[in-house]
Amino acid sequence: MSPKVEISFTLNGTERTVAVAPDMSTLAMLREVIGLTGTKYACGEGECGACTVIVDGLSLNSCLMFAADCDGRSVTTVEGVVDTPVGERLRDAFVQAGAVQCGFCTPGMMVQAKHLIDSLGASLDREAIKRGIEGNLCRCTGYVKIVDAIAAAAQPKE
Amino acid sequence: MGIAPEAQVETVAPHEARSPAGAKQIAKDSLIGKRIAKLDAPDKASGKTRYIHDMNLPGQLHAKILRSARVHARIKRIDVSKARALPGVHAVITAADVPYQRPLGVGKDHLPLKSDRVRSLRDEIAAVAADSPEIAAAALKLIEVEYEDLPPLFDAAEAAKRGAPLLHEGKEGNVAMTFDYAHGDLAQGEAESDVVIEDTFQLHYVTHCCMGVSGVIAEFDAAGGLTLYSQTQVPFLHKREFADVLGIDPGRIRIIQPPIGGGFGSKLDIYPFEPIAIFLARATRRPVKLVFTREEEFAVSPTRQPVVLRLRSGAKRDGTLTFREVETLHDNGAYTSWGATTPFVIMQTISSLYRVPNCKYHTSAIYTNNPYAGSFRGYGNLQGTFAVESHMDKLAEALGIDPLEFRLRNAQDPGEVTGQGMHFKSCGFKDCVRTVASRSDFQRKHREYRAQWGKPGRYKRGVGIASMLHVGGGAKIYPSDGCGTILKIDDFAHVTLMTGASEIGQGSETVLAQLVCEELGVPLDAVTVVNNDTDITPWDVGVHASRTTFIAGNSAIGAARKAREKIMAAAAKVTGHDAAVLDLRNGMIVLAADGEAIMPLAKLLRSLHFSDKAELVMTTHYYEPPSQHQDKGFKGDVSAAYAWASQVIEVEVDTETGIVRMKHVWGAHDVGRVLNRLGIEGQIEGGVVMGQGYALTEELVIENGATRNPAFRDYKLVTAPEIPEMDISFIETLDGEGPRGAKGVGEAPAICIAAATANAIYNATGVRIYKLPFTPENVYRALHAQGACERSTAGSGQ
Repeated sequence: MSPKVEISFTLNGTERTVAVAPDMSTLAMLREVIGLTGTKYACGEGECGACTVIVDGLSLNSCLMFAADCDGRSVTTVEGVVDTPVGERLRDAFVQAGAVQCGFCTPGMMVQAKHLIDSLGASLDREAIKRGIEGNLCRCTGYVKIVDAIAAAAQPKE
Repeated sequence: MGIAPEAQVETVAPHEARSPAGAKQIAKDSLIGKRIAKLDAPDKASGKTRYIHDMNLPGQLHAKILRSARVHARIKRIDVSKARALPGVHAVITAADVPYQRPLGVGKDHLPLKSDRVRSLRDEIAAVAADSPEIAAAALKLIEVEYEDLPPLFDAAEAAKRGAPLLHEGKEGNVAMTFDYAHGDLAQGEAESDVVIEDTFQLHYVTHCCMGVSGVIAEFDAAGGLTLYSQTQVPFLHKREFADVLGIDPGRIRIIQPPIGGGFGSKLDIYPFEPIAIFLARATRRPVKLVFTREEEFAVSPTRQPVVLRLRSGAKRDGTLTFREVETLHDNGAYTSWGATTPFVIMQTISSLYRVPNCKYHTSAIYTNNPYAGSFRGYGNLQGTFAVESHMDKLAEALGIDPLEFRLRNAQDPGEVTGQGMHFKSCGFKDCVRTVASRSDFQRKHREYRAQWGKPGRYKRGVGIASMLHVGGGAKIYPSDGCGTILKIDDFAHVTLMTGASEIGQGSETVLAQLVCEELGVPLDAVTVVNNDTDITPWDVGVHASRTTFIAGNSAIGAARKAREKIMAAAAKVTGHDAAVLDLRNGMIVLAADGEAIMPLAKLLRSLHFSDKAELVMTTHYYEPPSQHQDKGFKGDVSAAYAWASQVIEVEVDTETGIVRMKHVWGAHDVGRVLNRLGIEGQIEGGVVMGQGYALTEELVIENGATRNPAFRDYKLVTAPEIPEMDISFIETLDGEGPRGAKGVGEAPAICIAAATANAIYNATGVRIYKLPFTPENVYRALHAQGACERSTAGSGQ
């Protein structure tokens, strides 16, 4: 077994220090070391977006990022996203718009949607949403209601 | 019945005190047809839902399977000694280590662990349970297998020829399954025909791509009872099958389904990985978890049935269909799963989508060394509809009749009993056709786009129409097509609905809760649905055939009505009103006439419970649809109701690159009645896009028995920017047997898409393509083969 690397990073707003194998992915660390299972494995190759997390303001496929590279960074998972005002709006919008079926892609969609809203704000129109979730595959919904949900959540409620 | 006053047993709960009886009037409200959010959505959107991948049991081991390195070979020797010696490995098993295993699957033609012979690259020959998936994977590499190659068969037509080597002993001609069907007199139909056409259609391999990969956890208790955490769509059938395969008492098998990350038919059969996990759990006396990688999911999961379909069709000059003759060849792959039985559905479309007086159908499913096919949303109907609706367009053109008029002239009406014995009690087919045509301005566009044939311009627009018939009230293919419900109401008027019907993301949990609310006048948040544990829930045949809303819905309504009867009888006694003047609304007993609230339902329930004749409201119901088993000639009214849909698709074809863009889909669906508008829209939108993938982008490339593109990188699913605009209409025919009039819809929206796209490409370019998918390369080749890019193709285009 390879020696482990100790890393410290901010996870959903809390400082964490964990020891990880140097070849471990961020996805595996989140799920297996820390126990946050909202981030999903669906391809392991950066092709489906189910494992999307936000790292220092960028949305990334956590399956493609070494856990060791989280050292010193700030990582937000779906569990952290739903603790924010935008995340709550997104969750409610996904529920109300019917954007969830089997739900397996949903956490990745939620994180990517949070990233899109944070980056583009109210200027986020349907076409920009579609482009913005191009890297997130969904097999159930046909995307229509996911776009509806993100569009609704992008507009802050009065 | 002695009913104690409420005050004697307990005080009124605080939440009831806020709405004292008699203080207000409650208007009659209904959830039917509303946009109801899914009950499981908040947890799913928060990442809280625990799928099988997220579950870990204490002491659990991780399993991996070694599959064959050869497509067809004898196994001369397997040496697992090095794998067994690897630290962290708890068990390595081969067929020799399993004392009892019996053949599994639809054809009962393969063992979970193959012993002496492998017939495909999917064949399981050994398995490891270890402390981690990584150790298990490392152990697989230490297993030595010596093969002796046997001649492979990769082409079903070749495999069917006399003298071809046999893949399974006793299966002459490598025939896995055949279907024959006929009604009317084919020769007479042909004699009456003014036009006869014949074409061969080729349908490709695609796969389900559930976002949650396959997985299972098996655990034995100390007394030998098996608990299986499974993603199956048919838990009760699986109990029986696991018992047969493993040689254990079905009564000792408990199947629990954690939330399932997509089904689409992929989990209708028993596949070897599940028995293998069970063998390992038994060998190690530890819980064993086995989860696929995405590559495995692509390479070893069942596919949609690939089909070569030869179709002859005839019609009279007046536009009446005269006959249809079909011969299909199915590549069965190495073993027989549900794909082999898709003719059951294909022949329904051939015989009964339109009125065809004379019909003949033959299918052979032939063993090869290729992957085997399972069931997949639509169950053969995408394939059959592609051929039939392509021919409807061709016949209309040959007869010089408008394609819409031609279809309406042959479309089924309510009351029709088809040659196959299907009785269309509710049938909105013609309304579906007319609705999509008018909403899409089909006839005008069809004429105008066709007039552009041969004119300059790189981008060509086209519209195409196709319709479908599918079972909408279950399908009686097992001894029972029923579903059981147990319903209980607690002292606080909270309803627990225990149903055999599984939730696979399609929203059955929510629609069943809605139907119960409708009967019992309780709010949606007063209902909990338990639907995933065979030790608790009553029998159901499974999630397939678009049957759950219809069958489980009727079952839930039956149980709720029995509960309502009990409640109303008790309410009449307690309130002194006649039961006929009372109603249940929003958790209250009210006067039906003006909605005046009399007493909370919870209070009534408690007075019933804590009385001299203490009683709880608990009911059960088993619903068996009034459908028929088909006879040996496949005739009979197999479903209690039939669903209809028509779709018009508008495409833009880039004639320089062959890229087909799906711009707009108009759909009209005879769904009986809309129960949950949000849910049904979601089913249709998702089905449309799944159909779009089948038509345009998805293809599992199989070469020499190997899956060449086992990754999303190379297997192209439709992404968000590519989806068409959608316009969905509902035709509410209020089926007499359906729950509140509803019929099934789950499979319908995917079925017509490829057919309508083929017709749209033809309308755009004058080139008809008989082979799916319409990838840029295939379309480009077809356009160039027919010279549609340069020359004028006005005219027949044939």
